[in-house]
Amino acid sequence: MGIELAPQQTVLHDMDELSFTDSELDYHVRNALKAAVQGDCDSYNQLVAVIHHKERLVPEEVALLMTCLKALTGAVSCMHIVHHRSLLAAIFGMSLWNYGTDVMDALVELLISLAASSGQYVDLCLEMLVTNFMPPSSSSTYFIELLKQPRGIDKKHQVLDRVHSTFQDIANLVPLSPLRLEKIVRDRMPNIYTKEPFIVMYVENMLTLESGAAGKLVGGSMLVAIMDRLIDLDVEIAWDDILQDDFSKGIFDMELEDLEGFSDHVQQDGDELTRESLMQRFFGGNLVAEKLDSLLVLTFEHLESCSGSGRLIQVFETLLQSFQKTVLTAYKSKFAQFVMFYACSLDPENCGKMFVSTLVNIFVSGVYPAWRMSAVAYLASYLSRAKFVAPSFVAATLESLVNWCFDYCNKQDGDINPRAHKIFYSGCQAIMYVLCFRMRSIISVPRLRSQLLLMRIEDILRHPLKPLEVCLPSIVEEFLRLAKRNRIFSVPDTFVDYGMLESELSRAFGGIERLDTFFPFDPYLLRKSDRFIRPNFVYWSMVRNSYYEDDEDESASDEDIAEAGISIADDISVDEGDAHLDEFDYALDKMSITPRDSSTKFGGRIQGFVQMPSKIRPSTSPESL
Amino acid sequence: MEGLKESEANLVVYLHPSMAKCVNDAILRELSSLLFTYSETFDGVVLAYDPNVRSNLAKILPGIHPYLGVRLKAKLLLFSPKPNMLLEGEVVKISRQSIHAVILGFSSAVIADEDIRDEFKYKVKHGKEVFVSRHHKKHKIKVGTMIRFLVKSFDEEILHISGSLVAVHTGCARWLDANLEEWSQADRANAQQPKLFVGMILILIFAEALALYGLIVGIILSSRAGQSRAD
Repeated sequence: MGIELAPQQTVLHDMDELSFTDSELDYHVRNALKAAVQGDCDSYNQLVAVIHHKERLVPEEVALLMTCLKALTGAVSCMHIVHHRSLLAAIFGMSLWNYGTDVMDALVELLISLAASSGQYVDLCLEMLVTNFMPPSSSSTYFIELLKQPRGIDKKHQVLDRVHSTFQDIANLVPLSPLRLEKIVRDRMPNIYTKEPFIVMYVENMLTLESGAAGKLVGGSMLVAIMDRLIDLDVEIAWDDILQDDFSKGIFDMELEDLEGFSDHVQQDGDELTRESLMQRFFGGNLVAEKLDSLLVLTFEHLESCSGSGRLIQVFETLLQSFQKTVLTAYKSKFAQFVMFYACSLDPENCGKMFVSTLVNIFVSGVYPAWRMSAVAYLASYLSRAKFVAPSFVAATLESLVNWCFDYCNKQDGDINPRAHKIFYSGCQAIMYVLCFRMRSIISVPRLRSQLLLMRIEDILRHPLKPLEVCLPSIVEEFLRLAKRNRIFSVPDTFVDYGMLESELSRAFGGIERLDTFFPFDPYLLRKSDRFIRPNFVYWSMVRNSYYEDDEDESASDEDIAEAGISIADDISVDEGDAHLDEFDYALDKMSITPRDSSTKFGGRIQGFVQMPSKIRPSTSPESL
Repeated sequence: MEGLKESEANLVVYLHPSMAKCVNDAILRELSSLLFTYSETFDGVVLAYDPNVRSNLAKILPGIHPYLGVRLKAKLLLFSPKPNMLLEGEVVKISRQSIHAVILGFSSAVIADEDIRDEFKYKVKHGKEVFVSRHHKKHKIKVGTMIRFLVKSFDEEILHISGSLVAVHTGCARWLDANLEEWSQADRANAQQPKLFVGMILILIFAEALALYGLIVGIILSSRAGQSRAD
């Protein structure tokens, strides 16, 4: 059957004269393979050349490639992993993205047949399929452009559908293959520096695996690996990127504008400062943030589909374990924890309660102090910011926190000592933080109001350990004012330094990690995934309005903000060239809960639109730099 | 099925000190990491285990992490196919060149066409692929059949068996049990019943015939004796 196959030529002139049957071709290929073992490599090399040919295939070449692949599928038992090295390398080097659906099908059949024929090829086949999660890196720019068009999306679906169904077929023949697959997928996961479309596609495939037939076997480790990657990306985003020196409006004010329907645009040199533009400024050029954003969108959509198919609880259990291992222990993760938030919002009864009870457990009986303080910060932030949590549940959780704090301080008889009792102080701060947000909703239900009054909060706050002096002054002040206004507790007007965002003592108990200013579920700043979080999120302005809506004192509040905003805008444009320190002061003042005139005391304030800092940033004051 | 065996093993399991509170769970977790992997020590794949911790004492290893060494006896179910063992598995895929089967639900086996004896012919019937024996039309191998085959080799890493259907007592397990003509030693006793029955009927018939002849002779003799008395 002497066919001359030069790599660049096709077999056209001979094909018409000779008609091959399937078995003849099988025979020819088998002979080529057997001859190669003996050392006679001519037909074998021709075969390898046909497989290698991939650029711009005309239909005859496609047909030739397909017939070769089909013949090879029949001859797998003759293949030898050492003698036919180059052929195997050529086969595993093919990428499904470069070919049409016919060749894809033939190649996939060959892979299944190879994997089933001998254990040596299983890993190689699975690796090749995992590499096909993403387009080949050699023509990555072409594919990135292609994927923006509809036919690119079609191509992607063709390839990925075949890849996943091949996994299924191989698993039917080799039952232990999911075990190897799990390891391969984890090992080949792209690192955080990979281009965004690729890493997003890979994670999409991992999520498809999790929800697929092999989901029970590999799903857990897929989710854990994805959470790890999210944390890696999260940690890469530095705080500096989020908080730049020149924002003229605090994040809190940005929130207000948003809720009032963009009607409070503040003009600054002709630019409109909407929430969108601020986000853009923070994250526009930040590639890492964009990647994290896209991955979070994928994760949220996946959680939504899990909830739809009733699997959310199992998925949540895996996520909770991963949370305890990586998110809780990561130094101040910024956005990854919103995965838990969203999962809880989809199923507050089961997932939400599981989450809260785990956090309470860690706080009450955990081992490492940093984790306990972190857990209670998560708990406080979650209970305050989750719109879907029932006030009765908040009250019950508060009660357990209060009981723990009460038992703790009863055993202590020393005086104020931030470092030694940091867990206690973080517990107290958490209680006050939750009450700042939820006092109104708890009080409005009589049963819960009496439950609140029965809790020993006053005793804790009056204890010689003096939590009111140690905890973050902004929170303490807000809490005291609310308590006084709603006539709930009678706490003394102590001599806390008003006007300070944070104090020496609070920094002492917060420690190096500044866990005193750690509010994990602060307003979400990633653009694309924001739409998932927003409907379930409680913004401070919503709560604040409910407290002050009856107050005449505060009726001028809106104008105050607008005025304050405009005056700042002027100031900023003037101070453009000023020292870093001045701008920092402005920024700090924006977050401050007192008016800039700090000589007014608590009680004596008349104007005084007190804003609860919705986002407190870590201290960058000169002393600590 | 050959290839399965039960063994008793004396094991020492080393546990991290953090597991000191939940020793039993930790032991089970350690033992379960052995499952479905080939172990040289046991010379087989561990399929099941049944631990039995004898005493509460454990040896503490010196070192940075004081691991606890817990001694226990465990019964292990091991799967160790060797060449020329006879195994059974369910067929999951049939193609012209190969038959793929799954043994015990976890081990994949492949029988290449050069290892299928010529007696079996590949056919496509009603869209389904099947291997049919040329000598016995009822002897079929298709997807879902339990086949019995000989082991050629065993890949220990992925637990992949390469098998052969060359020997005569291999093929579809159910048909073989019902029909095989060369009885093996164990089967001979069971097969005796029908042959005995036929033999016994034959002997009965001949004995009855003989008895009938005897009766006729006896009647003739006695009638002769009666006649001569009358004379």
